[in-house]
Amino acid sequence: MEGFDAFIVVFGSGLRLAVPLILACLAGLWSERSGIVDIGLEGKMLVGAFAGAAIATFTGDPWTGLLAGVAASVLVSLIHGYASIDQRANQIVSGTAINMVADGLTALIGNAVWSQGGRTPQLPDSALFHAIDLPFAQSFGGVPILGPIYRHLISGHDIVTYFAFALVPLTYWALYSTRFGLRLRAVGENPAAVDTAGISVRALRYSAVVICGVLVGLSGVYLSLAQAAYFQPHMSAGKGFIALAALVFAKWRPWPALATCLLFGFLDALSIRLQGMVLPGIGPVPVQAIEALPYLLTVVLLAGFIGKATPPRASGIPYVKER
Amino acid sequence: MDPQASAAPAIELIGIDKRFGAVHANSNVNLKIERGVIHGVVGENGAGKSTLMSILYGFYEADAGEIQINGKPVRIRSSREAIDHGIGMVHQHFMLVQPLSVLENVMLGAEGGPLLAGGAKAIRKKLSELGAEYGLQVDPDAIVGELPVGLQQRVEILKALVRGAEILVLDEPTAVLTPPEADQLFDMLRVLKRQNKTILFITHKLREIMDLADRVSVMRRGEIVATYETAATSPPQLADAMVGRKVILKIDKGPAHPGGVALEARDLVVLDDRGVARVQGVSFALREGEILGLAGVAGNGQSELLEALAGIRPIASGEILVDGRPLPPLAFDARAMRALGVGHIPEDRQRVGLVMPFEACESAMLGFHRQPAFGQGVFFSRSAIIADAARLMEAFDVRPRAPLLKTANFSGGNQQKIVLAREIDHNPRIMLIGQPTRGVDIGAIEFIHKRIVAERDAGKAILLVSVELDEIFALSDRIAVLCGGRITGERNPDQTDAQDLGLLMAGVSERAA
Repeated sequence: MEGFDAFIVVFGSGLRLAVPLILACLAGLWSERSGIVDIGLEGKMLVGAFAGAAIATFTGDPWTGLLAGVAASVLVSLIHGYASIDQRANQIVSGTAINMVADGLTALIGNAVWSQGGRTPQLPDSALFHAIDLPFAQSFGGVPILGPIYRHLISGHDIVTYFAFALVPLTYWALYSTRFGLRLRAVGENPAAVDTAGISVRALRYSAVVICGVLVGLSGVYLSLAQAAYFQPHMSAGKGFIALAALVFAKWRPWPALATCLLFGFLDALSIRLQGMVLPGIGPVPVQAIEALPYLLTVVLLAGFIGKATPPRASGIPYVKER
Repeated sequence: MDPQASAAPAIELIGIDKRFGAVHANSNVNLKIERGVIHGVVGENGAGKSTLMSILYGFYEADAGEIQINGKPVRIRSSREAIDHGIGMVHQHFMLVQPLSVLENVMLGAEGGPLLAGGAKAIRKKLSELGAEYGLQVDPDAIVGELPVGLQQRVEILKALVRGAEILVLDEPTAVLTPPEADQLFDMLRVLKRQNKTILFITHKLREIMDLADRVSVMRRGEIVATYETAATSPPQLADAMVGRKVILKIDKGPAHPGGVALEARDLVVLDDRGVARVQGVSFALREGEILGLAGVAGNGQSELLEALAGIRPIASGEILVDGRPLPPLAFDARAMRALGVGHIPEDRQRVGLVMPFEACESAMLGFHRQPAFGQGVFFSRSAIIADAARLMEAFDVRPRAPLLKTANFSGGNQQKIVLAREIDHNPRIMLIGQPTRGVDIGAIEFIHKRIVAERDAGKAILLVSVELDEIFALSDRIAVLCGGRITGERNPDQTDAQDLGLLMAGVSERAA
C-alpha cells in the first residue's frame, strides 16, 4: 500500500498546486475569448496575493483579504481594459507593463510597510482559508482504496479550491448555454458582427476583463492566504505564464484547460517529491532539472504535440468601426 | 394600418448631409424608396453609396437631414435602432462569426432571453419556416466558416429576416459571388419582393441593375444625380449619369499583329498553399503583339497560374519558356522574371502590388529599387525617387499628383494606375495582368483599358486574367477559358458569346476542333 499512499499524497498535492493555475487559466480564457489578450495574468496574480495578504494582516480575516485581493486585481484588469479597449493600445505591451509594475510595486510597498524585504508578516491561522472536512471523511476514510481517495483527494480542501473546480463546469455552461457566452465567443472572433447585430462590443469586452480580474485575483489570494500564510515578492513564480501556456494548450476551451492545469500541477508535485531522490543508474537527480520539468514539458508540448492552436480570430486586435 | 401609412414610401431620405473632414461624402441626398420594390443605387467607387447606407444602418449619424420610415421621421443612432425600425443590412464583407453555427449566428443579438435553449428552439422553427417560404434553406447546425460564400450570404439574409426586417439593404452583394451564385441571389430577392419586402441594392455593375431593379438611382460625388425606372433607361445612360460624361464601354482597337511566341507554358502544374493542385496541366503560347484573355470563375486556378508565371509561386511540374528558352529552376523568382522582361500586375494590388502605408513614391519604385537611378549603394536618393514618381503620376494621370501621399489614401483606380505606371514604365516585353479593373471606377477603367491596348500595339505580349467577361471581350484577341485548373477551350472573341464561354467556364469541355 505504500505506493498507493505515495500516489495519494503526490496527487493531492498536485491538486492543490493546480488551483491557482486553474483560476488564472480560466481568467485568461474569459479575457481572450472576448478578444483581449492578457499576458498580465502573472502581474495581477501578484497584486491579488499582495492585497489579500496585506489586508488580512490588518483585519485578521481571510474574507476581507479575499475581497481586497480581488478588488485590486480587478482594478489592474480595468487599466489593461482601458488601454486595450478604449485607447486601442498594443495588448502585449500593456500586459507586459502590468507584469513589471506589479512585480516591483508589490515588493516596494511590502518593504515600505513591514521592512521585511517585501514579505508581509506571517498570518495567524485565523486569517487563512482552511481545509474543509466533508461529511464522513473520518469514518469513511478507513475503507480501503476509496477511503483515502475520498478523505485526501475529495475532502480536505479549502473553499477556494472547491470554487476553482466548480468554476470549470460553470464557465463551460456560461460560454455555451447563455446569451452572454454566445456574444462573448462572437466578439472574440468578429467584433464587427457583434456591433452590427446591435450589441455593444465595448460593454462585452469590459465585462470579460472584469471577470478575468476577479478570477486571477482569486488565484493570487489563494497563493497568499491558502497555500502560504504571507505574501512574498515574486511568489507567483511564473504561474501566470504557465496558465497562459495551459490556455493555448487547451485551445481556449474550459474542460481541456482543467485537464492541462491538473497535468501541470501534478508534474509540479512530482518534481517536489522527486527532489533528493536517487534514481537507479542515474544517481541523485539534480533539483534544478526536476524543477524545470513542467516548464520543459510546456515548451515541448506547445512546440509540436497539440496540433494547431488557433486563438480567437480577433484576439489582440482593437475594434475600430470601419467606414 | 391606415391607408395613408401604407401609401407612404418605405424609406425616405430628405436632405442627408455628411462630411468626413474635408470630404463631403453625402451632400443633400434625397431618396424615396417605395414599398415592395427593388431599388438599385449605382455609382462609382467613392460616390458616397456606402456612406449613405451606413447612415441608414446607424453606423454614422448624418450631419443634417431626416430619415423617414413608412412616413414617420425617425432617428437611427445605432445598428440596434436600425434593426428596430425593420432595416436589415447585408454587408459586403459578411458580418458572420466563422467558427459558430448558422443557428448561433442568426441568434446573435436576437437570443430571446439570457439562456440560449429557449430562443434556439424558436429560431430553429423560424429558420425552417423562412426556408420554406422563401426557398432559403440552410442547415442550422452547419458551421458558417465551412459553408460556400453563397450560403454564407444566405445566412446574412436570414439574419435580417429573423429580426423581422421589412427593408433589406444589400451592399455590393455580388462582389464575392460566382455567376451562378449571383443568379440564385437574384431569384431569392425576387421572391422577397413578391412578399412585399423592400430591397435596396447597391452595386457598380450596370448589368445587375438592368437585370434586377425596378428603379435605379445614380450617385455621383455624394449626390443623387438621377433616378430612373429601369425599364425606361439603358446601361449607356446610367454610365453617363455615373461619370457625368460619355464613356466608351467598347474600346476602339484595331486587329492584332501577332509576332513570335514570347511566353509559353507546357503542362504546368501548380499547387496552392495547402498543397492542392490548382493548376492541372495547363499549356498555352503567348505571342508578341496580342492579348490572350484568360476567362473563368474566380478560384479556378487563375491566381496560382499567374503567380507561377510571375515567379512568386513554385511550379510542381511542367515548364515555362521565355522566348523559347526553358527557365532554369534556380533562376526562378520574381527578380529573375523581371530581368527577363516579364512585368506583373498582380490581381490583389493592395496586398501584393503595393505597400499601403508607404508613400506613393515608394510604392512606385517597388521591385525596381535596385536601379541606379534611385540612388547609390545602400543609399537612396530621395529627390530622384520623388521626381520619378511625379513623372509617372503625370504620365498615367494619377490623382492627386502627390508623390508623398500614403498609398492607402489613393482611390482604388488611382492605386491601380500607380501599379500600372510602375510596371509599364520599365518596358517589359511580356505583361501578366490580373484583374486590372477590379474595384476601379468607370473613368479609370477606360484609361487602363486604353493603356493595355496601346501596349499590345507596341508589340508587347499580354496575358490578361479577369473574371469580368465584359473586360475579356473588350480587350482580348484570343480567349482561353480556365475551369478546374484546366483550359477547357479557346475562342476567337468575334466568334463566341457569353453563353458559349459560360459553358466552358462551367467545365463543359469539348475536343478542340
